[in-house]
Amino acid sequence: MALVVPKQIAELPWRVMWIVIALAGAGMLSLYSAAGGSLMPWALPHAVRFATFLAMAIALSYIRPKLFEETVHLAYAGIILLLITVFAFGAIAGGARSWLDLGVIRIQPSELAKPVMMLVLARFYAMVPPREIGRWSALWPALALLAVPTLLILIQPDLGTAALLVLSAIGIMFLAGLPLSWFLGGAAAVAAMVPIAYSLMMPHQQARVLIFLNPEEDPLGAGYHITQSQIAIGSGGLFGKGFLNGSQSHLQYLPEQHTDFIFSAFAEEWGLVGGLVLIALFFLLLRWGMKVAVDARGRFERLAAAGLTLTIFFYIAVNLMMVMGLAPVVGIPLPLVSYGGSAMMTVMICIGLLMSIDRQTRRDPRRGGGGL
Amino acid sequence: MKKRYRPPPTEAGIAASFSRRAMLIGAGQAALAAVLAGRMGYVAIAQNQRYSDLADSNRIQTRLIPPRRGWIVDRHGQPMASNRSDFRVDLIPDQIEDADRVIAELTRILSLTPEAVEKIREDLAAAAGFQPVPVAEHLSFEKFAEVTVRLPDLPGVSPLRAFARFYPEGAAVGHLIGYVGTPNRDEYEAENRSPLLLTPGFKIGKEGLEKVVEQRLRGRPGAARVEVTARGRLVRELRTLPDVSGAPLRTTIDAGLQSYAARRIGDESGACVIMDCNNGDLLAMASMPAYDPNAFSDGISRSEWAMMSEDERRPLLNKVLNALYPPGSTLKPMAAMALLEAGVDPEDVVSCGGGYRLGNRVFRCLGRHGPMNMHRAIARSCNTYFYAMAHRHGYEIIASMARALGLGERFDMPVVSQSYGTIPDAAWKRRRFDQAWSHSDSLNAVIGQGYVIVNPLQLATMSACLASGRRVRPRLIAGEGPAPADFAYDPAHFERIRRAMSEVVNGAGTAGRSRLPFPDILMGGKTGTAQVRAISSGSRGGAGVARRFRDHGLFVFFAPVDRPLYAGAVVIEHGMGGSRAAAPVARDVLTYLFDKDRAMAALEPLEREWGGNIGERMARRTTQWEAARAAAAAAPPPAEAP
Repeated sequence: MALVVPKQIAELPWRVMWIVIALAGAGMLSLYSAAGGSLMPWALPHAVRFATFLAMAIALSYIRPKLFEETVHLAYAGIILLLITVFAFGAIAGGARSWLDLGVIRIQPSELAKPVMMLVLARFYAMVPPREIGRWSALWPALALLAVPTLLILIQPDLGTAALLVLSAIGIMFLAGLPLSWFLGGAAAVAAMVPIAYSLMMPHQQARVLIFLNPEEDPLGAGYHITQSQIAIGSGGLFGKGFLNGSQSHLQYLPEQHTDFIFSAFAEEWGLVGGLVLIALFFLLLRWGMKVAVDARGRFERLAAAGLTLTIFFYIAVNLMMVMGLAPVVGIPLPLVSYGGSAMMTVMICIGLLMSIDRQTRRDPRRGGGGL
Repeated sequence: MKKRYRPPPTEAGIAASFSRRAMLIGAGQAALAAVLAGRMGYVAIAQNQRYSDLADSNRIQTRLIPPRRGWIVDRHGQPMASNRSDFRVDLIPDQIEDADRVIAELTRILSLTPEAVEKIREDLAAAAGFQPVPVAEHLSFEKFAEVTVRLPDLPGVSPLRAFARFYPEGAAVGHLIGYVGTPNRDEYEAENRSPLLLTPGFKIGKEGLEKVVEQRLRGRPGAARVEVTARGRLVRELRTLPDVSGAPLRTTIDAGLQSYAARRIGDESGACVIMDCNNGDLLAMASMPAYDPNAFSDGISRSEWAMMSEDERRPLLNKVLNALYPPGSTLKPMAAMALLEAGVDPEDVVSCGGGYRLGNRVFRCLGRHGPMNMHRAIARSCNTYFYAMAHRHGYEIIASMARALGLGERFDMPVVSQSYGTIPDAAWKRRRFDQAWSHSDSLNAVIGQGYVIVNPLQLATMSACLASGRRVRPRLIAGEGPAPADFAYDPAHFERIRRAMSEVVNGAGTAGRSRLPFPDILMGGKTGTAQVRAISSGSRGGAGVARRFRDHGLFVFFAPVDRPLYAGAVVIEHGMGGSRAAAPVARDVLTYLFDKDRAMAALEPLEREWGGNIGERMARRTTQWEAARAAAAAAPPPAEAP
């Protein structure tokens, strides 16, 4: 092995790379099947896009974390600017718009906001002196930093992305060492707010919540997604209906089968076994991320790595809970598997940054490698 | 306030807290992974069967192929209800997007009448889910094709090649066979919401035999299992299970005779029943006027229905089974049989002076017949003889003979309903009116008046029993039904009655004009006149009064006298007497059984006189009725008060 493989390639974090390649490969298989056994329109672009983002992630891994730490405020400012631009364009176009069409590529600033927000918060908490960590001054600047992009995303409106951003930020604050009582108090406050929030919701939003609680009440309407997704997963059984044999996805009973509900389409054809393999791969990916965080040397690296892992985690958690009927239907794709560039880009950026932190840790003589 | 001392966080403390909290988060992630894996296992393994079924029910649609309905044939296998190929168009309510536009388009293509459009709209409003609403049937292939090519623009429209029920004999078999129609909501619910009943073009029996033997005629539906996409596009056919046509139902009816009898009744309203008197097989059960079941199967229009409901000749009523008449003198042979069995000497003479005095009341006879023995009393239809005999021997023996011969009996027959009337006796009167039976009741009952009411089928059965000397009961389905049994009565008594009934027609009797046109075949019979208005009202129900007050004409008969084969009854409503209206019908119908050509030759001039065959006359009546209605509608409405 050492004979053939050049050192630079051998040194790549292959373990995490195999995981993401396997996940993207599963996505490709599903997209190929969803198109009725055709590389177009989804499977091939998915593969090309993944290859590009993987290269980008590897490139990112060669940049030292220090550089991200020092320049993240510029990235933050850039994101805010982009979000404002999107909002302005959306206003001009007369509707909700979260895309910025730059001709060649279309980017979704709210997606970019997630890793940038994690780095910004990591940098902020890296600067907070340990003595101050239990004080108000450790909270409000973070909340302010979080509030600006969150509000801009909310008015797009993109409730799902905003929620994921806030959840990841809370995760970082928790890891930064803010007093536990604040989180418990916050959780209690949110719990108390639920009935009030429900009463403030639009009727169609309330209906969505109720249908989530009992999807079979409206099997052809808003509960249709959840019902059909469960049918796809449940009818797959232990070993699935076989590749290219998923009736739920092929006959279009499963909506959004190439994006949000790709896990259901995959599970239909590959069964419980296939689905568990996918869940295990995601879990391994997250475990790697958390390990990178725990092993990292500096406070910034630790918090950044943990925050980026949480970002990936919330994507996976919300999507899988949604397709299995454990969470309401919100438009969150399954990263690396779903068709679509933005979530994949976000996750690959996160992975690139994690690999960069990992590389840094492994180069550190005091720790003597480690990584995995 | 005392506060527990907490050391200020240090760099090392923060790092340790990070490790602990990161572990907590990692554990949380692992826990979620476990929850997801568990959930997935539950859905995919524990609930696998349920979701597999749901996936299949998504994917596989079973399209029912309605079975072809079994024919109803006569005793010789000639169809009385068959099927013919039919192009039709239906609307599937759930699939319609813009009902107004679709209906307008269909109205244009199929030239629907405003009345039809109104009915479609009404049906559409009342339809349940996928239950199709019929738009048009019996379309020409051109119109059918025109709808078919426009289907992509007409969601909810379902053109279909189906089979329509066809009744070659039309109105002649209306009441007997009944008709079929699209199942209504109640019928759908009653069959446990069987999807077959929602299949476009599927019809079920609504009346008569079609309704009673529905399950035998229906057959088993076939099914085409097809795979469809979420939008309903057909992907492929998986399997087709062919339908099994319903078995043909052979009746005892002689279709030719049935048709002849219906035609022979002509413009009168009435019933004609002919039985094989040796086994009870019904050869004809005509009730006229009747509806044309072909028209009913298409879904009758409201104006047709209104016309029939208003017709005083009651075309919607099956007069064989559901009309009750006082039998009048037709009961006299039966009463005589009862007297013979009670030991009365048939040569005992009662002198008829035009009536019978009971206390201070005189029960009148139709004439002054002079001395009457039993034979002459039957032939001349002398009331006085029977008044005297009933008074002398009591009515109970006559009532029990009446019941033995089938009067007042509900027959075990495949019919939707039968009205079985009353053969009164003391117990009945006590129950019904809480009054004691009186002699005058006996006198009225013995001449078939008073409380006695029967239906024509019972009269035919009575006649068949007298003719054969056996206990026969009507049978409608070949090879099924009650078997004839022997009576414990003296066969010689039956023979005596038959001779007297022969005298009615062939001797010095009341129906002398209705002899059969054969030297060697004699018909025996008995006329009857049923009062519609009480005798006490002064005038009899003769020619001089309004139709609805005229007497009914009845006739019971059998032939040949020496070796009876056939027996029956004819009732002509408001026919003013059995000899005048009913007996000639019986004569011609029996003639048909012995010599068809001769019978047809007798019918043709009559139909010419009436103005065509049944179909032609019905069509003319409909036209006239609609013209009258249109004229009434066109008349200016009464001016409203300002």
